[in-house]
Amino acid sequence: MQHTLIALVENRPGVLNRVASLFRRRNYNIESLTVGRTENPAISRMTIVIEGEPIETARIEANLVKLVNIIDVQDVTGQPAIARDLALIKVKAKPNQRAEITALAEIFRARVVDVAPESLIIEITGTEDKIESLNELLRPFGIVEMVRAGQVAMLRGGASGIRHTPGLEAKVL
Amino acid sequence: MKKTGAEVLWESLIQEGVDVMFGIPGGAVIPAFDAMLNYPKLRFILTRHEQGAAMMADGYARASGKVGVAIATSGPGATNLVTGIQVAYMDSSPVVFITGQVASNLLGTDAFQEIDMTGISLPITKHNFMITSPDEVARTVAEAFYIARSGRPGPVLIDFCKDAQVAKTENVDLPQISLLGYNPPLHAPQPKLERAAELIRAAKKPVIFAGHGVELSGATLEVQKFAERNNIPVAMTLLSLGSIPSSHPLSLGMMGMHGEAYCNLAIQNSDLIIALGMRFDDRVTGNLKTYAPGASKIHVDIDPTEINKIVMADVSLVGDIKTVLADIDPMVPNARHDDWLGQIAEWRKETDNRDIVAQPNNGKLHVPQIISEIWKATKGEALVATDVGQHQMWAAQYYQPERPRSFITSGGAGSMGFGLPAAIGAKVAMPDREVWAIVGDGGFQMTQMDLITAVHQKVEIKIALMNNHFLGMVRQWQEFFFEKRYSSVQLRNPDFGKIAEAHGAGYRRIDKAGEIQAAIEFARKTPGPVLLDFQVEQEEAVYPMVPTGADLHQMIRRPTQAKKA
Repeated sequence: MQHTLIALVENRPGVLNRVASLFRRRNYNIESLTVGRTENPAISRMTIVIEGEPIETARIEANLVKLVNIIDVQDVTGQPAIARDLALIKVKAKPNQRAEITALAEIFRARVVDVAPESLIIEITGTEDKIESLNELLRPFGIVEMVRAGQVAMLRGGASGIRHTPGLEAKVL
Repeated sequence: MKKTGAEVLWESLIQEGVDVMFGIPGGAVIPAFDAMLNYPKLRFILTRHEQGAAMMADGYARASGKVGVAIATSGPGATNLVTGIQVAYMDSSPVVFITGQVASNLLGTDAFQEIDMTGISLPITKHNFMITSPDEVARTVAEAFYIARSGRPGPVLIDFCKDAQVAKTENVDLPQISLLGYNPPLHAPQPKLERAAELIRAAKKPVIFAGHGVELSGATLEVQKFAERNNIPVAMTLLSLGSIPSSHPLSLGMMGMHGEAYCNLAIQNSDLIIALGMRFDDRVTGNLKTYAPGASKIHVDIDPTEINKIVMADVSLVGDIKTVLADIDPMVPNARHDDWLGQIAEWRKETDNRDIVAQPNNGKLHVPQIISEIWKATKGEALVATDVGQHQMWAAQYYQPERPRSFITSGGAGSMGFGLPAAIGAKVAMPDREVWAIVGDGGFQMTQMDLITAVHQKVEIKIALMNNHFLGMVRQWQEFFFEKRYSSVQLRNPDFGKIAEAHGAGYRRIDKAGEIQAAIEFARKTPGPVLLDFQVEQEEAVYPMVPTGADLHQMIRRPTQAKKA
């Protein structure tokens, strides 16, 4: 089962290394990992997607929390959360195929961001499923290359979902 | 007033209560050592190898409960610490390691004696830091000591760039610490405490497991009182021997691979395990599938990563043992478990019958008898540091400490060479206590170079060398599990008498059982370090033994004397 963890970490050199080292040492596999700034310059946010049984995920969560530079971790799997990924897909497109591909992209609310004589680049934002579906439909045209940013996630509405450090929001956000 | 990074380092250490440090200087820490001369309050013990310094600092920490400090230069000095850092990490020992580093502008250039020490130590420290500016020194030292000693203690490394030792700063005072992501828990949640209390009230055959965490949280008395009030026997891990007095009627001694047979039988037949500050090491559990099958498990630990790691807990209480026991105490009424204790006493008789010390003396030297004699001579009140191997297990079985922080040994890491430097560190920490190092001939030779450190610094330790001319534990495994095909385990030893003489240490060689007591008296009466060279039976095995992967109750027992003859 796939689990999505959100980690708030101190924005210091070496923190990504500590997280990566933890996954390596405990032999956990990462499906995707994204890191970026938050509204607080001292804090970065990681979204980590892992494949594993719930008990294993709970262990990973505990090990992440144990790292001194990690401020908080929450498993948003099964909670009301928005999760999004972004992909750029370069697809083969002869001039007479452009209209068809553009129409497909529109159905997925994806955008054509580059047009070349023999190819198009399509940008799509959405859930895993949505990106996979568009990918499947484009495959027959010939995919030249694809890149994905990795998943980012956020809980809906007022739910803070923060469990490890009560009152954390007031302190840091 | 502005001060150099080096000055701030020493002043910060003094403010943290440091009085002694172990280590060796070198190129990248020369400015720091120069500044150290202005702080005579700090005693520096110059070792012969950085590994010795690391293990002395660890022994110091374990004996005193204070944070130990070891210092080395960059590159090889730092990497020589690594085994010692790992020992401290595996056994949750609070030690701050300070290593020199090349000047910050040279980082990453493969400069002379540059090594990525924060990278190397990352998986074997609780946390580590690099200081590249003198402004960071005071804060880093404060955070390092706080992290090392709080929560589940552990080693913290500070990698200190040479230019930051020399440059000046206005940040000279220890600051208030605020670590957003580091909040060791104290109390376990109330509903879980209530569930745990229910299990304790319902139990007919309960066992308390006292782990190293009991000592580390300073909860030895609380655990003893809790056990007495609820009439529950206490099994100990290797690292927690002495956390309740060995002579206490509720003490079951050591559990696990070489634990007491009656202790392991009690565990296997129990209906409730209350595990306090221990981590179900594979040397403790044996086959997990058949481990304590009828027992519910309550697991108390301050480190949530230990919960459900090896053994699934029915109730997990993440918090400080002292606090958790205080919270739970009012919820459980006094209880009696006389039938259960009676059953354990039966098992115990059977063990006593097999005890080698109780068997007729055949004139040969058996390690259990030697250790038993040391125990009697010191009334169980000495502080014992061991090396790793057969003698370590015999020491655990036959040196039965009456006080906490009195049995110092490398458990998780199982690092040979630990005994001598750990004993030195312990004696430096507790100069008024009698300190014995019990070592084997293999391990002793791994850190023997620091015997001169003990002589030079007048550290009065007594060394009992169990000299069987073998790497004994490996030999035992080869005997039991590899058809006695001895592969690289015989040792041709040096003349330890000449080694002791060359170092200026006292020495006596013992060949017969009748000479044991006089030799122990000689060591206790002779000033300074003394080496007792016991020429023990060469091919003796440690019993009982749970073979790797076997069920905990399926121990290989000592053949009785009749069968042996």
